[in-house]
Amino acid sequence: MAQTIYESFGYLLPETMLSIFFILTLMTALVGKRRSKYLPAYMALLGIVLAGIFVFRQIGVDELVFSGMYAVDPFSWFFKVIFLATGILIILFSLQSRELDAVATKYPEYFSLILALTIGAFFMAGSSNLLMMYLSLELVSISSYILSGFTKENARADEASLKYVIYGAFSSGLMLYGISLIYGMTGETNLYAMNQAIAVGNIPRITMLIAVILMLVGLGYKISAVPFHFWTPDVYEGAPITVTAFLSVTSKAAGFAMLMRFFKIGFIDLTAAPAMAGMWGIFKGLNWTDIIAVLSVLTMSVGNLVALWQSNMKRLLAYSSIAHAGYILMGFVTLTNQGMSAMLLYFVAYLLMNLGAFYVVMLIANKYHTENIEDYRGLGYRSPYAAFALTVFLFSLTGIPPTFGFIGKFYLFSALISTHYIWLAIVGVINSVVSLYYYAKVVRNMYLVEPIEKSRIEFDFGSNLLMTLLVVPNIALMLYFTPVLSWAQYSVTMFGLR
Amino acid sequence: MQYQFLGIGYLTWITFLPILGMIVVLLIPRASTNAMKWTALGATILQLVFAALIWINFNPALTGINDVSKFQFVEKATWINLQGVGWFGHVVIEYFLGIDGLSLPMIVLTSLISFVGVVASWNINKAQKGYFALYLLLDTGMMGVFVALDMFLFYMFWEIMLLPMYFLIGIWGGPRREYAAIKFFLYTLLGSVLILLVMLALYFSVSIKDPVTGQMTHTFNMLAMMNPANYDPNSILGGIGTYWRDVAFIALFIGFAIKVPIFPFHTWLPDAHVEAPTAISVILAGVLLKMGTYGFLRISFPIFPDAMLKYAFPLAILGFINIVYGALCAMAQTDFKKLIAYSSISHMGVVLLGIAAMNTQGVSGGVLQMFNHGVVTAMLFLVVGVIYDRAHTRGVNDFGGLANQMPVYTGIMTVAFFAAIGLPGLSEFVSEMLSYLGAFQTFQWVTIFASIGILLTAGYMLWTLQRVFLGQLPEKWKGLPDVNGRELVAFVPLMVVVILLGIFPSILLHPMNASLDHLVDFVHRVGTGLTAVK
Repeated sequence: MAQTIYESFGYLLPETMLSIFFILTLMTALVGKRRSKYLPAYMALLGIVLAGIFVFRQIGVDELVFSGMYAVDPFSWFFKVIFLATGILIILFSLQSRELDAVATKYPEYFSLILALTIGAFFMAGSSNLLMMYLSLELVSISSYILSGFTKENARADEASLKYVIYGAFSSGLMLYGISLIYGMTGETNLYAMNQAIAVGNIPRITMLIAVILMLVGLGYKISAVPFHFWTPDVYEGAPITVTAFLSVTSKAAGFAMLMRFFKIGFIDLTAAPAMAGMWGIFKGLNWTDIIAVLSVLTMSVGNLVALWQSNMKRLLAYSSIAHAGYILMGFVTLTNQGMSAMLLYFVAYLLMNLGAFYVVMLIANKYHTENIEDYRGLGYRSPYAAFALTVFLFSLTGIPPTFGFIGKFYLFSALISTHYIWLAIVGVINSVVSLYYYAKVVRNMYLVEPIEKSRIEFDFGSNLLMTLLVVPNIALMLYFTPVLSWAQYSVTMFGLR
Repeated sequence: MQYQFLGIGYLTWITFLPILGMIVVLLIPRASTNAMKWTALGATILQLVFAALIWINFNPALTGINDVSKFQFVEKATWINLQGVGWFGHVVIEYFLGIDGLSLPMIVLTSLISFVGVVASWNINKAQKGYFALYLLLDTGMMGVFVALDMFLFYMFWEIMLLPMYFLIGIWGGPRREYAAIKFFLYTLLGSVLILLVMLALYFSVSIKDPVTGQMTHTFNMLAMMNPANYDPNSILGGIGTYWRDVAFIALFIGFAIKVPIFPFHTWLPDAHVEAPTAISVILAGVLLKMGTYGFLRISFPIFPDAMLKYAFPLAILGFINIVYGALCAMAQTDFKKLIAYSSISHMGVVLLGIAAMNTQGVSGGVLQMFNHGVVTAMLFLVVGVIYDRAHTRGVNDFGGLANQMPVYTGIMTVAFFAAIGLPGLSEFVSEMLSYLGAFQTFQWVTIFASIGILLTAGYMLWTLQRVFLGQLPEKWKGLPDVNGRELVAFVPLMVVVILLGIFPSILLHPMNASLDHLVDFVHRVGTGLTAVK
């Protein structure tokens, strides 16, 4: 455990690097032509790449720094890689976005905010103190409020941003209340100390459960779990597509990372000797797994059922991302390392397929000026490659072989079956059958319906290349998923826990 | 490894040749559609050659089923091998192919029908590139299902078929194709996810000793799942005739029953058949339906013999319902294609009745019926395709007196129809007789009632024949040309098989015999052994 501040800084180099480049990116507004989008974009990319180098030097590090405020362990490392990959892809997407041209003078701010959100996500994945958790959550939230309303001439974006702020303020207020309850009962804000306090002290279980539920409001809002999801469709529809894609992966993954760390470190009964390695026991009387199981079922069912009626592509993907949060939550109910590694594996799949889908939707919006599913008619004949790529992403989201999404679902279900959560697995598979209907509806419009207009619209080389870069792992990782699986298994280790 | 070509095993060749063809098709420029057709034809002919090679080199004495040393053309390689951390265990997924007397007829059938399907697709005039690429992908999926012995691999192939089928029905189908395609997709996906859950439950219940390290490892190996000694006593599917084993058997049954399809899961079939283009109907009825019953024999029955013996009677009842209900529905149809579709349901009922009996005659009859029905029904759909291409209608009542106008066509159709009725001397007679014979030993009354189906089949088939070929030729069909050379290429091999198997059924029964005998014996031995312990 690195105790001194000086020592601790050594572990904070990626975050420091991102912070420096946050400022540098912002300052590009002062030099050169202000309208250029390339300078700030490349500056931000450089920042991510440099941070990435420091992140990769942290492989295998397992430390708690700044007096137990922040953990640098394989678990947060995993999420940092996810955030960096998402950041790079989002910056590349943003360079091709037409929507953002409406606010062309604001590119430096836009790209620096992407870095700011990434920094917040880094801290969310690592914080092991309630205050730190709250601060990092707010950093992510505030960045996303601004980003979602970034095209401020657009009324829908304004509405989205305002809704987001109000929901965010409300739920983080409730979460703060939960934190204060926990602090009042245990006298601790550090998660490890909190665990010990619950283990030895005579904590009123009912009050603790209420505090846990209040915490879940804040976390559930970040991962858009039902019933805290109401902001999601409006924000996802109103925000620029690049921002939507960014929020749907980074912000959600960060929320999950924090949720997993909070519950695993805070509420595992370390004295309950696990029957088998990789199983956890929880404190008696604190049955938060039941709450999470209900939350998971609600989230995926509501997400999928409402998605059936959507006609706007962004809104459809918003509801689909709600449903995916539900699937991922299933892994947490099992209370095993296996379930958790399945969740991590799913994030890799989710990143690839969800970003891919949003990217194609953005390209189509650029050329066809529509996000309406009805207008995707005949896309398979007009832009064959984009339609093919979107098909791969959508079937990956459904979870059908030969796509990587299948492997993600496969491991989630296998975690459930091995811990005998048969009922939850059945709810899960039925949900994925339901989800086929709305994903296939898009595919139907692209291929099965005759196009009204026949002219071909091709995309430039860069777009095709980026689509290929996302399509190939979606299929290749299904055929050989050993590396991702072993990485996910390795990454369930949190500091102080096996 | 004895049976290799260019260092790669026969079974890999036969499975992945269509994928090679698909890649070639995708590389061909859009305009040269002929090249695509010939590539697809070449790939399927080569596949047929490999099927013939496999048949010639097949040793009929070896049993297979649950004993890896008795399987033939075995190919085994590690696909996923993850020496996981302690709590995860060792993950092994194998590329494990092999055939026995149960899969051999299916392989031959798949190659034959795939070839015929390409010939029948010659007239496709819309987006040929996509069509043939998807067609070949479908071919790989079908073949893979019949050769895979690792359940994960099996499931992969099983699922890979869904996407091409969805597009093939949905893009190249008839007027209600969108509805039919999504219905097919949703139904079969529902069945597949049930299979997936059972597969996972089996995986966590079965562990075998790793030959290298000696540690106990969970496995997807189907043969290991058949051995009751490999089940962990405290696992979910461990033990004997337990509640969860019954649940798993029923879930697996529904998964496969949707594919067969067995009443009441059959409603996707008439829609899919009517809307699909001719070649896809041929594939659907000729091969896809057999996967369901193949799944019963390869997976459900040997892995859950206790549950199988327990539920044999309900299975027979469902078989009876399929036979009679399918035949009655077929009788009521005026759409030629729908009529054949319902007759498929009826004929697959015979298979179910035969295999539910679980004796040598019944199971041999069932498997032979799978093969024969595949061939005969392919012919029937081709027959419908021929007339639809010319007249653009499928209404049975719209025709009449075609016998004079199209004599060769009439001859072919008569052979196909009489084979479907089960006329002695044609293939389906032998298999239906064996199925009923086997079933009669086990379920007398059910079989007696089910044999009404034979009567009903004769009824609707002959009535259809009469409506189409006899009587007065309507004025508007005076110009219909007879079958052409290309269509004959599709018909002749099937007709040869139908007649050959009618006269010499033993050429196919002989290689199946050892395996199916062993299967019956195994299910009874293990199934009752388990219940006796209880």
